[in-house]
Formats: sequence, structure tokens, C-alpha cells
Amino acid sequence: MNLAAGVQGSNPTLNIIIFAVFVAITLVIVFWASRNTRTASDYYAAGRAFTGPQNGIAISGDYLSAASFLGIAGAIAVNGYDGFLYSIGFLVAWLVALLLIAELLRNTGKFTMGDVLAFRMKQRPVRAAAAITTLIVSLFYLLAQMTGAGGLVNLLLGVSGDVGQDIVIAVVGVIMVLYVLIGGMKGTTWVQIIKAALLIVGALAMTLWVLGKYGFSFSGLLQGAVDRAGGGAKGEALLGPGKQYGKSGTSKLDFLSLAVALVLGTAGLPHVLMRFYTVPSARDARKSVVWAIGLIGIFYLFTLVLGYGAGALVGADTISKAPGTTNSAAPLLALELGGPVLLGFIAAVAFATILAVVAGLTITASASFAHDVYANVIKKGRVDSKSAEVRVARITALVIGAVAIVGGILAKNQNVAFLVALAFAVAASANLPTLLYSLFWKRFNTQGALFSMYGGLVICIVLIVFSPAVSGTSTSMVKGADFAWFPLQNPGLVSIPASFLLGWLGTILSKERTSDKYAEMEVRALTGAHAEKATTH
Amino acid sequence: MSTTEQGLEGGTGPGTDWQQVQDSDEFGRLRTRLRVFVFPMTVLFLAWYLVYVLLADYAPGFMSTKLIGNFNVGLLIGLLQFVSTFLITWAYVRYASRRLDPVADKIRAEVEGDAQ
Repeated sequence: MNLAAGVQGSNPTLNIIIFAVFVAITLVIVFWASRNTRTASDYYAAGRAFTGPQNGIAISGDYLSAASFLGIAGAIAVNGYDGFLYSIGFLVAWLVALLLIAELLRNTGKFTMGDVLAFRMKQRPVRAAAAITTLIVSLFYLLAQMTGAGGLVNLLLGVSGDVGQDIVIAVVGVIMVLYVLIGGMKGTTWVQIIKAALLIVGALAMTLWVLGKYGFSFSGLLQGAVDRAGGGAKGEALLGPGKQYGKSGTSKLDFLSLAVALVLGTAGLPHVLMRFYTVPSARDARKSVVWAIGLIGIFYLFTLVLGYGAGALVGADTISKAPGTTNSAAPLLALELGGPVLLGFIAAVAFATILAVVAGLTITASASFAHDVYANVIKKGRVDSKSAEVRVARITALVIGAVAIVGGILAKNQNVAFLVALAFAVAASANLPTLLYSLFWKRFNTQGALFSMYGGLVICIVLIVFSPAVSGTSTSMVKGADFAWFPLQNPGLVSIPASFLLGWLGTILSKERTSDKYAEMEVRALTGAHAEKATTH
Repeated sequence: MSTTEQGLEGGTGPGTDWQQVQDSDEFGRLRTRLRVFVFPMTVLFLAWYLVYVLLADYAPGFMSTKLIGNFNVGLLIGLLQFVSTFLITWAYVRYASRRLDPVADKIRAEVEGDAQ
């Protein structure tokens, strides 16, 4: 198969033009947004001046990554109902953020997750640990997005061959670093808002179009997918669970593990947490989660229709054979519905999605390094000037951009969904237990936090390295070797409870008590007294 | 500015006795009201989510039972997860603005007034 041709009927020139227009418009907005970026608060938290709804839209822009849009639609098209289970985990997870994390985090921190932990514990060790988990989670997520970019290139732009793909990955990396360097959090947020609007409007249009083809009968659409898959028992399997995960006892357990990691991972994702600092108050943080839940929920309903629509109108066989395999379901559906113009639009939206998510991850990782490691661990809170920390953040963003480009090139043949699920598992294991203990448990202390974070992180990564995802099967990362002894692809079922347990154990084994500081933290967390204010320009 | 090993810099009023605020009846009420809502609700939605996951995992036959046309039990329960997520969000916002925010605002005003 000639990959250079991309998809039949696709017009690479058109795709590139639409994408270039998006980049040009967003860069202008990023320049405009950056006029007032002066202090650390401006750079990391956009001066805390975004409104709840704006931030909610930006959160959905940050959260609906290539994995959500391309991955879920493709999984539903090929595996039917099992793909839908992802969306439900990704959505329900937001309740953890809404009820337990968002407002309390906004009230007790400044820029990073490390701020919240450092409130009542020994600053340097917990900040160092928080920065390490933040960097690792962000890096996995970043690699997944960059890999997705490489895969999409074949399909949408007709760029083929290693050199061509590498160049496109490098271009994506450079643009995203530009966004972050110039615009800081404000520029990044606007990119995410624009992207979210385009993505949701595009998905809505396609959803209505698909439903229209079946006389707005969802049941009729399902029938179309069943018929296209060959009808009978084989086709009917698309409608119920089990097509992908129901094969054996282990695969069922694996699915349970994935489900747990998804629902507990969101509230531990550093780039999600950092967004809560971009609004003036905890009440605005609450409002932003409400908007995010609404938009993300609606979007996942669209992907249900788009997935079955791609199954019915394009066909699972065609999708599996296309360059990019399941990731190509949504773009192929766009081509089927609206020809090259709609494909061009959806292609540009998919690239915009990757750009915006990658920019969000980069600013989070660079903020964590500059604020937690440089300013508070290395300089012990005595940074020479206000701008020094931001300068370090900008340099870090450059380094992360370079790492993302190189990593994206090296990892371009890896499975995108695997890397994203990994990021969720690490976030749920290393970050969430510590955050919850820190906010709600009076007795919790430094040793507990370190046990939970490092323990959760190490267990999670060790289990992944020795899982069938890395070696031992035909789809593993490492071919031709088998050192797997852990049966599950996703470690969440073991590593998350282990991290909670370690946090408790580390705490009671240490004599340190932080109840005085906890008194201040709890009062401030619940009431918002002395919370960081918005800056006015 | 004190450079202690712990805590955030700035913002804290030296005049505030946090322990005293934390021990006050009013703050106790705020904490109880928050925990009485968020903890049971978290248990509830996680249990409901787990029921759904386990049904999909171990009772695919039941989930494939058709209700209307091709619309089956699995899709119904899946969509109900969306509905419950939206409802819990709505309920929390309503509860927080009526039962939490007024108390929080009052204590906050006292604390911030104190420090000046």
C-alpha cells in the first residue's frame, strides 16, 4: 500500500492550508494575549483573570485530546460498545475533581500541585517529589500526543516516509513551544478555547449529518453499523460489551484495572490541576468544572454517534486498513460525509487538538520545574528577581519542546492509547492519594506524602515495564523478548490501592505532626481566606 | 518574611489564630456540611460507576438485551452514567451555593478582617 497517497480523495494541499490558517490566527491571538504577561502569576496562571466559563471551555480543550477525539471514535467504530466505556470513565472522573479537589486546590496553592503539598509539609522533599511525578505524567501524555501527530500525518497530509514524518513532528513541536514562550498561560488558554470551540462545533455538525442520514433514528444508525459489519452475531457484537475485553478472565480484569485508572486519573493530571489557578476564586474554579463536565459530556455523546457512524458509513475493515488504523475513523467519516473540504477541516481540528494539548502540557511541566524545583528546592524560595523564575520556566519549555520532538520521533510507532492510559495510571497512583490525604487527613505528614508519591510512581512504572504491553505479545513495544510477569496491561488496580496504603503507612511510621499547619490549611481551603487574588492590568 | 521550612510565603495574616478558627462551631458546621455531602456522594458515584463497569465486564449478555429497536440495556445504563454525572454536578452546585458559600464567606470575612 502506498502511504504517500494518504487517503483516496484527500487533498493534502487543502489540509495544509486550513491548518496553516488556524496556526496563523492563533499565533496572532497569542501575541495579542501576551502583551500583559509580566509577572510569574501572569505567565503561569494568566493573572488568574479568566472567567469560570472561559476556563471551563479551556479545560475541555485541554482534556479532549487526540486520544479522545480520534481514539474513542475509532474504538467504537471497530470494537463497538467497548470503545464507549472509555468515554464514561473519562467523564465520571470529573466528579472527583469537582467534589474533592478543584476548589480546595485553588484556595491553597499558587501555581502547581507542589504548592498544595508544601503547605503543611517539608517544602523541599515534597516539591521535588511533586515535580518528578508532574514531569513524568506530562512526558507520557506529551509523547502520546506527539506520536498521534506523527500517525495523523500519513493519513491527512500525505506526508510519508521517516524524514517527512519527523519534519512534521518537529514543526508541531516548534509551534507549540512558540505558543508557550510567547503567550504563557494566557496564550495557551486562548489556543485551547479556540480549539475546543472548533472541535465541538465540528463534532456537532458531523453528528447531526450522520443522524440525518438515518432519519434521526439512533437505532437505525446502530442497524447500519451492524449490517456493515456483516450482520448476524458478528455484527450484533458491536452493540454489546465484550468484543475487545471479554476474551478471557485476564482481559476482563484488565478492563477493570483500566476503568479504575481512568476514573481516578483525571483529578491527578497536573495540566488539569494547573488550570484551576487561572481563575480569580474557588467559586470560579467550581464554575469551570461545571462547564467542563457539560462540554466534555456532550462531546462524548457526539463521539458515540460518530463512532457508530464511521462503522456504518466507512466500515471497520476500511478503517483498520487505512494508514493510522483506528485513529483514522473520524477523518474518514468526514471524507465520506463532506468530501475533501470537511476532511480538511477535521484534519486541521485534529492537529489543533494536538497542538493545544501539547502546549498545555509543556507549560505545566515547565512551571513545575521552575516553580517547585528551581525557585523552591534549588534557590530555597530566594529567587534573585521576579523575572528569574519565569526565565527559567521559558528555558525549561524550550528543553521540554526539544525532548517532545525527539521523543515523538523515537516513539512514533507506539500505541497512542497505551501511552495515555499509562499517564492516567501514573497520575492516579502518584498524585491523587497524596492530594486527597493532604486536603482531608489531619495526621498526614511528609513521610506519608513521599511514600505515597514515590511508592505509587515506582510500583506503577515497574508493573508497566513487566506487563504484556511492553514485552511478550505480538503487539508489545519490545518485539521478540518476553520478560513480562505482570498479567495486566494497566497497573491501576494494584498501584492505586498500594499508593493509598503506602501513604497511610508512611504517615503512621513518622512522628511528624502538622496539625498546626493543617488548621491554617483547612480553614483557608474551605473558606478561601487569603487565597491568591487575580491581578488587574 | 519568615523562611520557615514549611508553608506558603505571604498572604497569611500574623494576627490569625488558625487553630481557634478551626475549633470554632461555625467552622465545624462548614466542615460537616461539606463532608456530609461530598464523601457519601463520592462513594455513591464510584459504586454506581463500578456496578456499570462490572456489568459490562461480567454480564455482557444482560447488557446486550434489546429494549427498543437496537437500543439495549448497556447503552441505557451507559447514558444513565452521563445523566447521573450531570445531576450530581447540578446538585452539588445548588448545595454549595445554598449551604456552603454563605458560611464560608462569613468566616472568610472574619479571618481577613482580623489580619488587617
